[in-house]
Amino acid sequence: MALLEIRNVVRRFGDFTAVDGVSLEVASGEFFTLLGPSGCGKTTLLRMIAGFDDPDQGDLLLDGKSLRDIPPEQRPIHTVFQSYALFPHLSVVENVAFPLRMAKVAPAEIQRRVQEALASVHLSEKQRHLPHELSGGQKQRVALARGLVNRPRLLLLDEPLGALDAKLREEMQVELINLQKNVGITFVFVTHSQAEALALSHRIAVMNQGKVEQLDEPSRLYGFPRNRFVADFIGKINMLAATVVASGSDHLELDVAGVGRVLGPPQPAMPVGTRGQFAVRPEQVRIGAGSVDSAGPLSNRVKGRILDFLYVGDVTTYLVELENGTRLEALLPNSAPGRAKFFETGDPVELAWSAEVGVFLDA
Amino acid sequence: MSTRRSALLWATSIAVYAFLYIPLAVVVLYSFNDSRLNAEWVGFTLDWYRTLFHDEEMLQAGANSLMIAFVASAVSTLLGTMAGIAMHRFKLRVLPVLVVTPVAMPEILLGVSLLIFFVQVLNLTLGLFSVLIAHITFCVGFVAIVVRARLAGMDESIFEAARDLGATPWQTFRLVTFPLILPGVIAGALMAFTLSIDDFVITFFTAGVGVHTLPLQIYSMIKIAVTPEVNAVSTLLMTLTLGLIILASRLAPDALRSES
Repeated sequence: MALLEIRNVVRRFGDFTAVDGVSLEVASGEFFTLLGPSGCGKTTLLRMIAGFDDPDQGDLLLDGKSLRDIPPEQRPIHTVFQSYALFPHLSVVENVAFPLRMAKVAPAEIQRRVQEALASVHLSEKQRHLPHELSGGQKQRVALARGLVNRPRLLLLDEPLGALDAKLREEMQVELINLQKNVGITFVFVTHSQAEALALSHRIAVMNQGKVEQLDEPSRLYGFPRNRFVADFIGKINMLAATVVASGSDHLELDVAGVGRVLGPPQPAMPVGTRGQFAVRPEQVRIGAGSVDSAGPLSNRVKGRILDFLYVGDVTTYLVELENGTRLEALLPNSAPGRAKFFETGDPVELAWSAEVGVFLDA
Repeated sequence: MSTRRSALLWATSIAVYAFLYIPLAVVVLYSFNDSRLNAEWVGFTLDWYRTLFHDEEMLQAGANSLMIAFVASAVSTLLGTMAGIAMHRFKLRVLPVLVVTPVAMPEILLGVSLLIFFVQVLNLTLGLFSVLIAHITFCVGFVAIVVRARLAGMDESIFEAARDLGATPWQTFRLVTFPLILPGVIAGALMAFTLSIDDFVITFFTAGVGVHTLPLQIYSMIKIAVTPEVNAVSTLLMTLTLGLIILASRLAPDALRSES
């Protein structure tokens, strides 16, 4: 049985439907992420799980029991807020002890568990300090310790890394993964950052305009986006207008604008004649001067010219214009040091990709 | 250039503050003057304070004022705190208007309308009780403003976090909300006390005959002549008020700054 079950939940604010019929299940021990742009309904959904808001329709169940009419303080669910929401008048220790005090745990036990929780987030110093005396990263750790100390069934995290600088955010990502593994508590994580979601989650629900667009493991989400929104939102992707020419069990054959015949992975349910987009990731597109040579067969090839490039250190992204004006991006790792680029603007190149990559999207 | 400008600024500031404070200083100074007249300095004495503490009417008025100020500030702190929290939590436009109007309204208007209300609507005999009600009426708004200002600067999710971590609404108030607004509540109480103890206009209209507070007593004394006894009682009142204001501004500097 799923730990948390969300059944056809709808939440409206006036004319605006913030959450529009969401159904999903979160398994025990899972690191589950709600991912989407701001205003997609992910925070509203989180607030309903925590108990700060009620659904207009549908139901939320924890361990098979409805959460309806159960106030936040009686739900075994704790939240790590985006602003950390530490109690400014209480010290680090008192903040972490708060949920235990509310649960009427014995003082000696409180002390032991607070120390344990602080150790688990690597914050054993500054215990007597007040929140305003801590750095952003330290506040984050206190908020995590406070959320975990009473061992909730579910820990909700509302963009908890949003306020940290890039380097600290990466460190905290690794710590979050380890922490979740060690404590074994189910995490429901809300973020608008696809990179964060991909790095942290077991499963991700991509939300848009109140609906779940796709729910999948990170690699499936990235590799097989179900529609244009997901393809566009998760990572970079080339999208080309295409029509299905033949739909077999071993390959999907497409007519792609500016490229011609393209072979892709099979999508047997796709009928011949369907119009849509062929999507392929820049790192799946090989690039070469004159022609691309490779060990395996590359079924799809097309000629073009370098239009522009973007050097970001580890890789360089080349923007290539095809003969009909269509533009494609290809990515090349810079494994040889000291070279920003292998091609000059205007160079004729060939792009190629295998029949095993890319996806046809009809929505 | 800049030194000349700053010299000018200094001179202006000193002039303004002199204008404000020299009259007060004179009142204080002449309360120690060994003469019946506030005209020339004769010599130092504490006689006027001695006279003051033997003046039965004055002592009675002082006792009335203190009693009214204590009760009015206590009641209006309780009501004002609740109003401040309500104004913060429920974003009703009409609520702040209702609470703050008595603060903004001319005192004379409030005094007259309370008088009419007490006499014609409630059929109340004017006295200490009507003064008390009147003082509570105008103090509530001040407390509410200070408490709300204190809440306005706070992260709303703190209160949600308390609920989220297992606190009931009452525990959330007792352990989180109240400790956080306490400086504002104390500042509001001190302001209410100060406003009550030196209020003249509203008290004048609602006290009726025979009941005197300090400001009313001082007024009736100066109708005859300004004796140094008035200076002495004014000095004491001023010291008390000043002390309370300093205390209030220490406890909730942000509240007083943003709403003054």
